[in-house]
Amino acid sequence: MQNFWSLFAAYLAFWAIFFIYDFTVARRLARVEKDLAQMRQQIREP
Amino acid sequence: MKNRWLFALIIAALFAFAGYAVFFIAPDEATMHAIQRIFYFHASSGWAAMEGTGIVFFANVAYLRKRQPKWDWLAVSAVEVSLAFWSVVLVTGPIWAHPVWGIWWAWDWRLTLTLVLWILYVCYLVLRTLVADPERRAAVSAIFGIFVFLGVPLDYLSIRIFRTQHPQPVLFGGPNSGLDPTMVKVFFSCSALMTLLMILLVIERYRLERLRYEAEEMRLVIEERAETKSQNREMQRRTALGG
Repeated sequence: MQNFWSLFAAYLAFWAIFFIYDFTVARRLARVEKDLAQMRQQIREP
Repeated sequence: MKNRWLFALIIAALFAFAGYAVFFIAPDEATMHAIQRIFYFHASSGWAAMEGTGIVFFANVAYLRKRQPKWDWLAVSAVEVSLAFWSVVLVTGPIWAHPVWGIWWAWDWRLTLTLVLWILYVCYLVLRTLVADPERRAAVSAIFGIFVFLGVPLDYLSIRIFRTQHPQPVLFGGPNSGLDPTMVKVFFSCSALMTLLMILLVIERYRLERLRYEAEEMRLVIEERAETKSQNREMQRRTALGG
């Protein structure tokens, strides 16, 4: 297949961009959820 | 956690289906052969990016009218997701251009405007980090977002108005434009999948923004409580000294 590697690179880039983006969102979500859990604990304490 | 796995599964299934349609269902183009298949990711990502910027514009206008934080959360979420789609457009375009044009990049209207939009949406995110007050930040970024959106219709129309190195439109174009019916079906399937992916990503990102707001509110409550406690202690100490 002509230009197979260019096509492969484009498909890989497509996957990589969304994977990296979703990974960063998931990390930020986990951090905020952890902060929220800690703060809820703090509020419950008298 | 369960939702996250479901979300990841949906995304993986969408990508796998798009890959199958592009590589095995779409026919080979007569002059460009395999490299033309980049078009399905490139152009449909461009569609999704433009739809995302449409959401940004709508949310920015809604924020300025109603001043409700939810519109600001939606705007910033859609900006980030649109940026991911614009990035796909800007990366896959040159990968296609190099074997077809013999160059990676040309400073024509379409390419330059797309790059400028990408930079301006990055500026939108940077601008948000420079304003501390949430209401002021939301208002300033809404105005900036509306201003940036003015470039989106121009970017879309640039290949119809100007003579560009970028190919002329193959869909809804002139009398000599058009695609093979199977190619059209694959393209619209990819576009629908990209739109769905964009919506799913915006929903996930919106959740992050909402939780951040909740965390900020909770932090204020904790700080207020700590201040009240320290004031009470000070009063008790003074009363004890006075007694």
